[in-house]
Amino acid sequence: MDFVITLAIIVIKIAVVFGAVLFHVAYATYFERKIIGRMQARYGPMEVGPHGLLQPFADMIKLFFKEDIAPASADRPLFYIAPAIVVISAMTALSVLPFFDRFVIADIDIGLLFLLVITSLSVYGIVIAGWASNSKYSFLGGLRSAAQLISYEIAMGLSLVGVMLMAGSLNLSDIVRAQHQHPLGMFAFPQFLGFFVFVVAAFAETNRAPFDLPEAESELVAGYFTEYSGFRFAFFFLGEYVAMLTMSAVAALCFLGGWTIPMFMTNAMPFLSYVPGIIWFLVKVYAFMFFYYWIRATLPRYRYDQLMAIGWKVLMPLAFVNVLITAFAKRWL
Amino acid sequence: MMPGAYIPSAYLPILITLMAATAFVAGGLLLGAIFKLRRPYSEKLLSYESGNPPVGEPRERFSIKFYVVAMLFVVFDVEAAFLYPWAVAFGNIGLYGFWGMVIFILIIFIGYAYDWKMGALDWKAVNKGTREG
Repeated sequence: MDFVITLAIIVIKIAVVFGAVLFHVAYATYFERKIIGRMQARYGPMEVGPHGLLQPFADMIKLFFKEDIAPASADRPLFYIAPAIVVISAMTALSVLPFFDRFVIADIDIGLLFLLVITSLSVYGIVIAGWASNSKYSFLGGLRSAAQLISYEIAMGLSLVGVMLMAGSLNLSDIVRAQHQHPLGMFAFPQFLGFFVFVVAAFAETNRAPFDLPEAESELVAGYFTEYSGFRFAFFFLGEYVAMLTMSAVAALCFLGGWTIPMFMTNAMPFLSYVPGIIWFLVKVYAFMFFYYWIRATLPRYRYDQLMAIGWKVLMPLAFVNVLITAFAKRWL
Repeated sequence: MMPGAYIPSAYLPILITLMAATAFVAGGLLLGAIFKLRRPYSEKLLSYESGNPPVGEPRERFSIKFYVVAMLFVVFDVEAAFLYPWAVAFGNIGLYGFWGMVIFILIIFIGYAYDWKMGALDWKAVNKGTREG
């Protein structure tokens, strides 16, 4: 009986998290178009519902009724499997994220490691999509994307080592608690170098501007999902936005203090401690998402050789230096 | 079940999440299959190539640089993975652990500097000579 109750709680938690994340993905697309529109001095979506608020649902319905085309020369089984891999790996990653104190689907000790592992599985989906489509654009896009993802994964993994050193744990809840105990309240301050590397790598890992070369419209049409249409295209889209939200959540949890706020802030303004943790967490995630859009509206795309040079020649040495400095500071300061 | 058997119960929710995500995708595919709209004709089923009939094989030869990046990734990612347990245990392994890792990172850096000098990290310089070969 106990087991059934535990199981029911897990299932309810998963339903809540999936529902919340899908809702956020729908409105992340809306706000992206709206914010970038405003930054370019236009309105963005306005027609469907007041201020275009129903636009995500209209898009969803449209995508479902679109014709599902698989090119005759495509490798059918792989072509069908690829979007599923991307979405399943992106959504499974949500299971270790603590949204507020003691609310996490799976409170495992190696949360951060699991997150790195499961998010990097989406590379398989991308490479398979690029290969199976049997189209030149998809093929090149898939290759480019794979090379980009694996290059920046090293920098990202190394940038998080500083956080692991400071927290002494891989459990994401423990990392947040360690930040709360730290006098500065957020690892983004003592780990500013790591935070910088993480932010740049997070942009590259999610294929977002200014590192959106795999889907560089002007040269590769849509990159690895050129041949996809209808709901299979929607799955890639969904996977990308879930990955963006996951990255924002990791940034919030590992560098910005998760659901807590620094103690010096609650000491100065005691009323802030009455605000529930989920609000702080969401504020941080939204801020990071806004940063994604802001960068997309601001910076032009890098060239491919520049992209590789940034990953291998700038971020990686910086991350190594950060690890050594952090270890030194932890041992002697 | 054996008494005292280790049950990794903390990981069970992940398995359930995996199943839920799979069910979500399967449900999406099922919905897509129900509303299936297929009016294929031969031009529509061609691979996309800017409106022209595709020319040649799509899976052409591609730059060797991709292989180099993949190899570098394997080497450096394994080395990064060594840092995680070290970082978590750092509080308990003292001075020995610190200098051990400094030497380890130094060795990595010698390899890294070699890669850099040999141009393995440059995308452009190598392409200049080999692309049109």
